[in-house]
Parts: sequence; structure tokens; C-alpha cells
Amino acid sequence: MEVEKITEEAPEVKTFRLKFKNPEDAEKFEFKAGQFGEYSVMGEGESTFCIASAPTRKGYIECTFRKAGRVTGALANLEEGETIGFRGPYGNVFPIDEWKGKNLLYIAGGIALPPMRCVIWNTLDLRENYKDITIIYGARSVEDLVYKNELKEWEERPDVKLVTTVDPGGQTPDWKGEIGFVPTVLEKVAPSSKDTIAIVCGPPIMIKYTFPVLEKLGFTDETIYTTLENRMKCGFGKCGRCNVGKYFVCKDGPVFTLKQLKELPDEY
Amino acid sequence: MEIEKKLIKKASLEKLFEKLQAKGNKIFAPVSKDGKTEFQYNPSYAEVTYDHIQTTQSLKNTVFPKIENLIRFKTDRSGVEVTEVDLTQVQSLVLWGVHPCDAAGFNALKSIFMWDYKDEYFNSRLQKIAVIGLSCHKSDDNCFCTSVGLNPGGTQGCDILLTKLSSGDFLAEIITEKGKAIVTEASELFETAPSETKEGNLAQVNQQFSHEKVTKNLAGAFEHPFWVENSLRCIGCGACAFVCPACACFDIQDETKGKNGKRLRCWDSCGFGLFTIHTSGHNPREVQSQRWRQRILHKFSYMPERNESLGCIGCGRCSRACPVDMNILEQLVSLEKL
Amino acid sequence: MESIRKKAKELLDSKQVQVIIGYENGTSNKVRAAFITDPTQVDRLIYDERCTQNLAVYLVKHEVKHLGKMGIVATIPVMRTINMLISEEQVKPENVVVLGIGEDGKLLDFPDLTVMESFLQKAKIEITAKDKEAMEKLKKMTTQEKFDYWSNALETCFKCYACRSSCPLCYCTRCAVECNQPQWIPVQANKNGNYEWHMLRAMHLAGRCVSCGDCGRACPLDIPVHLLTMHMAEESKRLFGVDSGFSMKMESVLSNYKLDDKDNFIQ
Ligand SMILES: Cc1cc2nc3c(=O)[nH]c(=O)nc-3n(C[C@H](O)[C@H](O)[C@H](O)COP(=O)(O)OP(=O)(O)OC[C@H]3O[C@@H](n4cnc5c(N)ncnc54)[C@H](O)[C@@H]3O)c2cc1C
Ligand code: SF4
Ligand code: SF4
Ligand code: SF4
Ligand code: SF4
Ligand code: FES
Repeated sequence: MEVEKITEEAPEVKTFRLKFKNPEDAEKFEFKAGQFGEYSVMGEGESTFCIASAPTRKGYIECTFRKAGRVTGALANLEEGETIGFRGPYGNVFPIDEWKGKNLLYIAGGIALPPMRCVIWNTLDLRENYKDITIIYGARSVEDLVYKNELKEWEERPDVKLVTTVDPGGQTPDWKGEIGFVPTVLEKVAPSSKDTIAIVCGPPIMIKYTFPVLEKLGFTDETIYTTLENRMKCGFGKCGRCNVGKYFVCKDGPVFTLKQLKELPDEY
Repeated sequence: MEIEKKLIKKASLEKLFEKLQAKGNKIFAPVSKDGKTEFQYNPSYAEVTYDHIQTTQSLKNTVFPKIENLIRFKTDRSGVEVTEVDLTQVQSLVLWGVHPCDAAGFNALKSIFMWDYKDEYFNSRLQKIAVIGLSCHKSDDNCFCTSVGLNPGGTQGCDILLTKLSSGDFLAEIITEKGKAIVTEASELFETAPSETKEGNLAQVNQQFSHEKVTKNLAGAFEHPFWVENSLRCIGCGACAFVCPACACFDIQDETKGKNGKRLRCWDSCGFGLFTIHTSGHNPREVQSQRWRQRILHKFSYMPERNESLGCIGCGRCSRACPVDMNILEQLVSLEKL
Repeated sequence: MESIRKKAKELLDSKQVQVIIGYENGTSNKVRAAFITDPTQVDRLIYDERCTQNLAVYLVKHEVKHLGKMGIVATIPVMRTINMLISEEQVKPENVVVLGIGEDGKLLDFPDLTVMESFLQKAKIEITAKDKEAMEKLKKMTTQEKFDYWSNALETCFKCYACRSSCPLCYCTRCAVECNQPQWIPVQANKNGNYEWHMLRAMHLAGRCVSCGDCGRACPLDIPVHLLTMHMAEESKRLFGVDSGFSMKMESVLSNYKLDDKDNFIQ
């Protein structure tokens, strides 16, 4: 695939807009919100990222990644017009059809907004299917917030409630959002759990402290969704790397409800 | 196809081997050297052994090579050019003298590689092998085929199964069309089946545990202290997984020389400390007991449930290869009683 | 054997240690490491000529350390390893009690580790006759012959890393073969990848290897990789005049610089 456009989101974080080189492939390619792919730089290897653009936006896909190691380091050095390898889509999906007629509460931290961006846009593009949509997004500092343009767009939309927050000390003088950790902010915003689905993505520590708050707000385990990020190689249940108990995160996941998560052995 | 029985005399067996070789078939057969037996490509007939208990390495290399070339690529200024590997070029291969457990091992691998997404690299190789089995007339205390639903004269996975009779001649059971084709092309070497049965010429391998019971016990054993208590001495190498005919874990790595490169699939093992580590440093399986637990659970709990096959054929290779005497049979016997 | 059991029981009963790392009977007439935490279990401990595993490998294992202070049954190579691990700050002297075994197979009484240190300074280091013979044979080869020998021997290696895992001095949690930025050593087990891996290992153990031979014994394919590290041990003795593991304050021969170094290439 060709790297059509590169956006610098935050320090070390970039978004690639990718276009299929072969129009036939573009035609055939279909995916759903929540799925991921294996992106590669020839000679360096493959890396797993979720598809960050919405399936309702056709003709391209996007991925957002943080420079973390060998492959992401090589990706970060690429320029527009260069080619990368892609295979996918793999994994299960957010059941957005089942969510029809409900309120949606998105809670994301740091670099975990990308996996969520796909489903956010997906549901925004099908806006009439859902009631209230609330997004709570936090990052370490203002600088670390990704998708700044889109955040602005969501902020301006009357049909979305967006709350952004940065960790204490991460604010700039003109910061107008909240200051505090995501779970704390969530408690403050206190959205109603009635008829609501909560989708939580973020670093393990954030997730850990977010679940109890959601439970306090009355969310049941079946209405809380999250994604797991186990180390992967193949993406289709063969290489044996990503399993949590008998489930493969690459095949049975990455999307799990809290109910499913609680049934999994502690191996993630 | 109904199993057909024939007799092949000792001398004719040699002729069959040579005939197959003369036809240009590549043969992979067990050869003993310095007290160790390993399968070897194209040995001379005199080198082939019929008396070994088990080879150190399994046969999985023939369908799941330790390094599999997935794609080739060329990078230069104008871009990247990727070429697929032509799998129609995979050579056919005759596996000679394969013990019944090993023949069944291909099914265990198949249950992983052909589950859900079909792996064409594996499948093309699998299609190209012919398995000429050899019943076991000897075993050691690491063998436990009968505890995992197999037996020393089992035909599963074989195209032809040979059993050495008291006379030194062999009973040939022709199991598949592939086997039949081999026999048809050398029909002069086969004679009417003898009255002597296979059963009297097999090793005695007593069943030591019920694998159904083990699977059942494992379902609730994730947090059991058993794992730590019984794996303190495990040093986390990959010996057990690499000699195992049913282990299929792999890593994907690129290799480049100048502008040209290959993407390779290499054997990997859940016993290695860094197998599951994330770039962030977080490791879902931080200590060895968790990795040992994964090994047993994968083979005896997850695979039966997800892949409808056990991940173990009872060949005992891992127990023989382990440098610190982690004996899988001993542990399975304890797990049955858990 | 009785004296080992008695000592082990004494140490456990008096809570001087929480675990004894020793040998017990395993399967198929093999022996294996035992971790005894319960004084009533000391009779499992044995010692005979089959007990060759270098148990010091467990002194740095997370789950073993977790059991508490360790007592360890240690033959001479194991004692030397303990010195090395203390020198390299992997083991705290106050966390181990050594149940030494002399050349005659008898229990040695070490009230503290300094006594072990002085014992080692006088002890003979022996490698097995078989290894000695193999080393001699290799030494007589020309460079090309040696290269061919090792290329052949190492080609079958499938990188199970049993040699590395069995070695108490290969304790890095991220071995150089696992560093991928840059990728120093190819991951795949092919001719070049294998050669580079074993050369790297030999170099990394130069002056540190205590010649216990465990890496070679661990190899499921019987590749005599211990001859490489043993050769490096001989070489560092020849060049730097030290045997590894003779004190608790060993300096690393390859990463230390002395002003009075007899070679001047570095100046
Ligand atoms: C389902 C899923 C979705 C992901 N989505 C994103 C995303 O949208 N944006 C993003 O920045 N990151 C994402 N990650 C994490 C990302 O895959 C790793 O950060 C990345 O693979 C690191 O690769 P590297 O080669 O640069 O690092 P190295 O440390 O050099 O890693 C080498 C190999 O390790 C594996 N690996 C290492 N860490 C991880 C990890 N945390 N998760 C999975 N595999 C790992 C990869 O297979 C990689 O090829 C996702 C991971 C998963 C499993
Ligand atoms: S686990 Fe051990 S006994 Fe079972 S198939 Fe693998 S090597 Fe053989
Ligand atoms: S036992 Fe471990 S190495 Fe073997 S197939 Fe299962 S997960 Fe992979
Ligand atoms: S069980 Fe044995 S062979 Fe397997 S990882 Fe542990 S020490 Fe290595
Ligand atoms: S133990 Fe043997 S096969 Fe395994 S990595 Fe070492 S030399 Fe290679
Ligand atoms: S990534 Fe290979 S099994 Fe899941």
C-alpha cells in the first residue's frame, strides 16, 4: 500500500493514510470497526495496529502508531509516496448493530484513541442509529493528545459531547479542558448508565481504575467493552503468541466485554 | 478405503526403497549414528535403521520447516517489489520408517495450520508427503502413545504401515490411495498377506493416564500451585518445543542482503521468556511456571477444545530432550490425579 | 549423601535457609534438581557421579529466589560459578549458603563464603577426559579445518537455546540475540545465523565460563558447544593469567582496562 498522507499527531505518534496500489484490492477490501492489520516495512518486519479509519470512509485506511521499536521506528522514517506491506483485516469487531438505539460512552487514554477512532467515526457516520454519544479522552499532556483536528470537530458538533482531560501537570496555560486522570474525570462527568454502552481503551492502569467507576455508575459487565493488546505475529490463530487461556486475542478478540474478560484467566 | 494387507519380504523392501529412489523420489529415513537416530535425506538403504525407539527430532520439519520462506522482496529507490513463493515447486517426499505416533503427529499440526485460516505453505508440503509407517516393536519408559489414544501399530496418518514379523519379513497395510499407488507401481514386490498378525509383533505400551481426565482436570487448574511446584527446575529453553512433532509456534522475521530480502517464518517456543513480551515491557507470562502451564494447557486443554485434537502424540521426545528432566508423562500422570 | 541430608535438615530446621537446591532421583535413571523447603523432605536429596548439572543456574531464577534464602549443593564448578555471580552482583553473598562437595564427593563445611573462596584457590580444576581429548584434537587442526568443523557442527543447531538457558552465567533477560535495534544476530537458525550466535556466546563467556560443561550436556542435538567456551576459558587464562570464579571479586577480563596492561594496542 502507498502512504498517501502522513499526519504528525503528537511527539513520536503519526497517522498514515494508506491507499491500495492495486485498485482491485481496494475494491475487494472490507473491514469492520475494531479489526486490526499487520503493517510491514520490508526488511524490518511486521507490526500490529488497529485500523483507525472508519469502514464507512471508503477508498483508504488509516493507522496511527507510536514509535516504539524496530518496525514502528522504520515506519516513522517513511515519507509520503513510499510503500508499506499490509495484511488483514483480522480479529473480531465492535457489535455496533447491537448497539442501535443506545447511548454510547467512549472512554480513551493516550495512544488508545486510534482503535476507538474507527468505531467513533463509524457510529458518527451512522449517527441516526444512536442516542447520546459522549467521548471522554485523556492524555498525559496537551502535546500528547492525538487527532487534534478531529477533537476540535467533535467539540463543535452539537450531537457529540466531548470531554478532554490531561494529567495534572500536563496542561498548558491556555488549556480549557479538564485536568485529572481519566477515571476521576469520568466520576465527575458521571454519565448515566441507563441504556448506555461504555467502550474503554487505554493503558492497563487506566483501564484498571476505570472499570470500578463504571460499575459504581451502574454499568453491567455486558455493557462495558474494551480491547486487548497481546503480542501478535500471525494474526490468525496459528503462531500461538496471543492466546489468553483458550482464546486467541487475534481471532476471538481484540474486542471483549468486561464479562468475557472476567472469565479469562489472568494472562493479559 | 478399506485397508488391504500384503506381505513384503525383507529383500523386497530394500528393492522397494531403491525403486522409489530410482524414480527420483526424495526419501527421508531414520539413520543411527553415535547412539543417536535422526531422519536423513536420501540415505543408502544399508544405513536405514528399523530398530530405533525414537529419533531425537521429529518430522515436522518436512511440513513446517524450521525456516519457511514466506515472501521475497526487493527494495530500491523506485519502491518495493514483492514476489510470492511458488508453492507448486514444493518437492514430493517419501517419509520412510515413520513410527505410528509420528504419523499421527501430522494430524495434530494440521489441526493448527488448517484450522480457521488455511495455511497454504503447510498444506502444500503436507500434500506432497507420502508416509510409509513402521510399527514399533520397542519402546522406552518415555513413550505413552496409548495414553493419548494412539498405539504402536496405529495406522492414523500413514499411507502404508509396515510391521516387522518374526520371520524378519514385513506385513504391509495399505491404507490410502497414495499408498496404493506406491504398491501398484511395485506390485511384483508384494505377496499375499501372511497369517501372522500385527498385534503379536508390537511393543507393549501400557496406558498410564486417561487424557480425557487430564483435560477435564485442567479446566479448573489454572491457578493451581502444581505449576510452580513442578516447574521450578525448568530453565525455559526451547528444546521441548523444537523436538515436539506437535508444537507449531512460530515467529516472523525479515532477512535482507543488500536490496534483496526474505520474510521468514521460524520456529518459536512458548517456553522462552520473551515470547509474549510487549514493547512496553509488559509480559503476560512473566515467570517460567506460567510458561510451563501454557505448554501443558495448550496441548491438553486448549487444543482439544479449539482444534479438536490433542497437541501431543506421546512420543516422549520432549522428556528425552529436556536438559533438566521435566518429564511430561510424569506430570500428566500427576495431573490426572489432581 | 547422609551428611548432605543432615546438613540440609539443620539449615532448614534452624531457618538459616528457606530452600535447599540439590539433586534428587528423576525419571529414566536420570537425576535432577530438587528444591527442598520442608525439612522432612531432605531424604530426597542424593549425590553421586550423575549429579553434574550446574545448579547455580537457579540462584538467579525469579521463582526460586522468591522462596527465600537458598542453600545450594555445589561441586567445584558450581562454587566457581557462585563466585562469578557474586563478582557480577547477580547474587548477594548473604543470600546463599553453600553445601560444598569436594573432589572426593565428600561434604565440605563452609561456615561462610570466604572459606569457600580459600578452598577454591587451592582446588584443582578438571575437565572430563573426553572433553580434554576433544579439545586437544581441535587444537591440532588448522584454521581452515577448525572453521569447517564448527560450520558443520553448528549447522544442525535449531536455536532452542538450551545451551544458553542451562548456563548460569547466561543470565541476561534480554540476550544480544534478542536485541533487534539493530538486529545483531539473525534470528533464524541457518548456517550464518547459527555461527554468529555461537561466536557471540563464546565471546560473551570469555573469562567468565567456569568449564562446567553444562551447555554441551544440555544440547538435545549433542553439539559440543561447551568446547567453544572452554577454549575461551583456556585462552583467557593464557592471556590474562586468571581462572574464572576463584574469588568473589573477579574482574571481567574483557571489559576491564588497567594502566599497566601488558598489551599496548588500546593506549
Ligand atoms: C490488536 C493490536 C492493536 C494495536 N494497535 C496499535 C495502534 O493502533 N497503534 C500503536 O501504536 N500500537 C498498536 N499496537 C501495539 C503495536 O503492535 C506495538 O507497539 C508494535 O508492534 C511494536 O512494534 P515494533 O516492531 O516497533 O517494536 P519491537 O519491540 O521491535 O517489536 C517486535 C515485534 O514484537 C511484537 N510486539 C511488540 N510489542 C507489542 C505489543 N504491545 N502488542 C503486540 N505486538 C507487539 C510485534 O509483533 C513486533 O513485530 C497494537 C497491538 C495489538 C495487538
Ligand atoms: S509434548 Fe512431548 S511427548 Fe507429546 S508429542 Fe510433543 S514431544 Fe512428544
Ligand atoms: S506447547 Fe507452546 S510452543 Fe508448543 S505449540 Fe503450544 S504454545 Fe506453541
Ligand atoms: S521443560 Fe525442559 S526442554 Fe522444556 S523449556 Fe523447560 S527446561 Fe527446556
Ligand atoms: S542447545 Fe544445541 S541446538 Fe540448542 S541452541 Fe544450543 S547448540 Fe543450538
Ligand atoms: S497472533 Fe498468531 S495466534 Fe494470535
